[in-house]
Amino acid sequence: MSDERPLLEVRNVSHRYGDRFGCRGVDFDLWPGEVLAVVGESGSGKSTLLGTLSQRLDTSEGSIRYRLHDGDVANLAELSESAVRRLWRSEWGFVHQNAADGLRMQVSAGGNVGEPLMANGWRHYGRIRAEATDWLERVEIPRDRVDDTPAAFSGGMRQRLQIARNLVVSPRLVFMDEPTSGLDVSVQARLLDLIRSLVSDLELAVIIVTHDLAVARLISHRTLVMKDGRVVESGLTDRVLDDPQAPYTQLLVSSILQG
Amino acid sequence: MTTDQPTLAVSGLDKTFTMHLQGGQRLAVLRGLDFDVSAGECVVLGGASGAGKSSILKMVYGNYAVDRGGVRLRAGNIDIDIATANPREILAARRHAMGYVSQFLRCVPRVPALEVVAEPLVARGVDATEAGERAAELLSRLGIPDRLWGLPPATFSGGEQQRVNVAHGFIADLPMLLLDEPTASLDARNRRVVVELIAEKLEAGTAMLGIFHDAEVRETVADRVVPVEDFTPMSKVAA
Amino acid sequence: MSAQQIEYNIGYLDEQTKRMIRRTLLKAVAIPGFQVPFASREVPLPRGWGTGGVQLTAAIIGSDDVLKVIDQGADDTTNAVSIRAFFNLVAGVPTTTRTEDATIIQTRHRIPETPLGEGQIMVYQVPIPEPLRFLEPRETETRRMHALNEYGLMYVKLYEDIAKYGHIAKTYDYPVLVNDRYLMAPSPTPSFDNPKLHQSQALHIFGAGREKRIYAIPPHTDVESLGFEDYPFEPQSFDQPCAICGSTGVYLDQIITDNAGGAMYACSDSDHCERTAARADNEEAAS
Repeated sequence: MSDERPLLEVRNVSHRYGDRFGCRGVDFDLWPGEVLAVVGESGSGKSTLLGTLSQRLDTSEGSIRYRLHDGDVANLAELSESAVRRLWRSEWGFVHQNAADGLRMQVSAGGNVGEPLMANGWRHYGRIRAEATDWLERVEIPRDRVDDTPAAFSGGMRQRLQIARNLVVSPRLVFMDEPTSGLDVSVQARLLDLIRSLVSDLELAVIIVTHDLAVARLISHRTLVMKDGRVVESGLTDRVLDDPQAPYTQLLVSSILQG
Repeated sequence: MTTDQPTLAVSGLDKTFTMHLQGGQRLAVLRGLDFDVSAGECVVLGGASGAGKSSILKMVYGNYAVDRGGVRLRAGNIDIDIATANPREILAARRHAMGYVSQFLRCVPRVPALEVVAEPLVARGVDATEAGERAAELLSRLGIPDRLWGLPPATFSGGEQQRVNVAHGFIADLPMLLLDEPTASLDARNRRVVVELIAEKLEAGTAMLGIFHDAEVRETVADRVVPVEDFTPMSKVAA
Repeated sequence: MSAQQIEYNIGYLDEQTKRMIRRTLLKAVAIPGFQVPFASREVPLPRGWGTGGVQLTAAIIGSDDVLKVIDQGADDTTNAVSIRAFFNLVAGVPTTTRTEDATIIQTRHRIPETPLGEGQIMVYQVPIPEPLRFLEPRETETRRMHALNEYGLMYVKLYEDIAKYGHIAKTYDYPVLVNDRYLMAPSPTPSFDNPKLHQSQALHIFGAGREKRIYAIPPHTDVESLGFEDYPFEPQSFDQPCAICGSTGVYLDQIITDNAGGAMYACSDSDHCERTAARADNEEAAS
């Protein structure tokens, strides 16, 4: 059974900027189908943690073990750059806060969604286009927008396009960095709902960084609370939010309720 | 599997809230709570409001942390101590063994009522069409007109939301159900429907732990009452 | 009194520079299609006019070589004439316009119509060596893509063409995959000439002076023009024959003949055109 082992095993992971720690001593396991929220204020180290886990930043201390598609377990720090990029192409996704960072703004929606397929060796135009169009539909972008560039899209549509571009190759692990902030509340709700249903349909494992506890509550199973680069509390999302133990979590939760 | 073991066994349970924002003030809620709930039995938590009844349900559900003591849940393949289980185990227990009907509905804004109600079945692998049919049946039984089924419950009245919530909680056949005032804001007719639903579940062998303020409902459904006040510290403010 | 005489080193460049370029060339030949950086020098023509090609020719030319230079396929355009004269002066080599007589052919756009043979070297003047440049402006990123063989992005360009125009609209500098490994820009040659690169008997070397890159296709190397399974690469083709020599299956230039927009189509390869026309005249005279 593929569920016997976690997808990601994070042990005592740190990333150092010079002699200062961006994040420090982080431990957790992530299982297929599980959504983990990382919450905290800006500067708490949550984006550094995301960067370290996704191998965009190096691992100064500790280990990150990832169970590959074929069942082998790899220590990410020991993988070659080409192996990491292969993971990026075929097993991982990354949804940026700013869609322009995750899309090619001058390339059509179809080209944006088709690119990962082409990167994975798809060489049949008709099939690439059909798959891309199906994905546009799945993320609620009308099929007839397939040849428009994201420059002509609204913020919410761009973000949905970015999600399609990430999910088209059926990744196993998706990193999301504040995917809904900067959007109108109604657009946010729609996007969260979409993410939630795609995550459960595709059995994705997701690590989502957010400063918004409501986002964590709506879509995550588990939550890590970060402060000053360290995890100050972790557990089931509803437990962390309804019965916060750490002083900082209590502050965070009470701030939200009053805000 | 031995059937004489209770579905839920709570033993030596302590709970104290530490309020760091108020200078670390500690509020002791429960001390040494003990009780069991067996299959087909409805145990009601008794006591004045503020005694910690809801906290007990939440600890059993894994929603509140347990300071000390055990919350042993045994049902089917599940045999865990909620007090010490990891999140994954608790999620599995929630999926396969216990449901929770709270007073307040919390769901994703855009999802229609019918899908909200069907979701627990879909999550357990029931075919979406069949789950939808069963959800529709339950919603009509609870008097939610079918013109509302396609709308998100966030737009409903308090009573309607409560009934959607009841339907959501009762739809799956789980060995353990936690009921936090499921009849609180219902009219007499719907209260009766809920009592019927409870009776049907008990008949089918579900173990139930509930809080009911309505004395009439409580007396109808309760097999036993656990007096929560017996387990409350004399002074709520601990040292 | 004799005219003042400047003594040039053979090929204009100094020996150290020529050696540096030849070393770069060896590396380029060893890794077909891979862009090798080199220390591009000043030569007596402006950058963008073919300084990369001139440096390559200067580095490889020897006294037993015969040089042909073409610009837009023609031997008689200003740049072609000047570069030919330049090497005649600084290397003392004979020059020719006949493709099969040349050992080195320096070109800006075309590959001659006359098939190339073993021992011949094509020297290309390249403006932009990086085929991914306009899709990914960061050189660090494109080099990584080459290193890791990640060429999905190039197909995005072709995809966009088909989505927009219904076919792959790129007609020159059409991207190729060399030796099943490196993505390469064949400079501004028309896609018509792409098939001539595949399994060519000649050595093809490319110099980008401003961009300081050299790359090569050794003889008998696979050169595949990219395409989709359902939209394969199709070289340009022409419906009519050359208006001057009557050749078919050759690359034609449009020549505007009057102020009303009238035009004729004639061979871009002047050597091929002149000789085909002359042969036809002879045959006519003989019959």
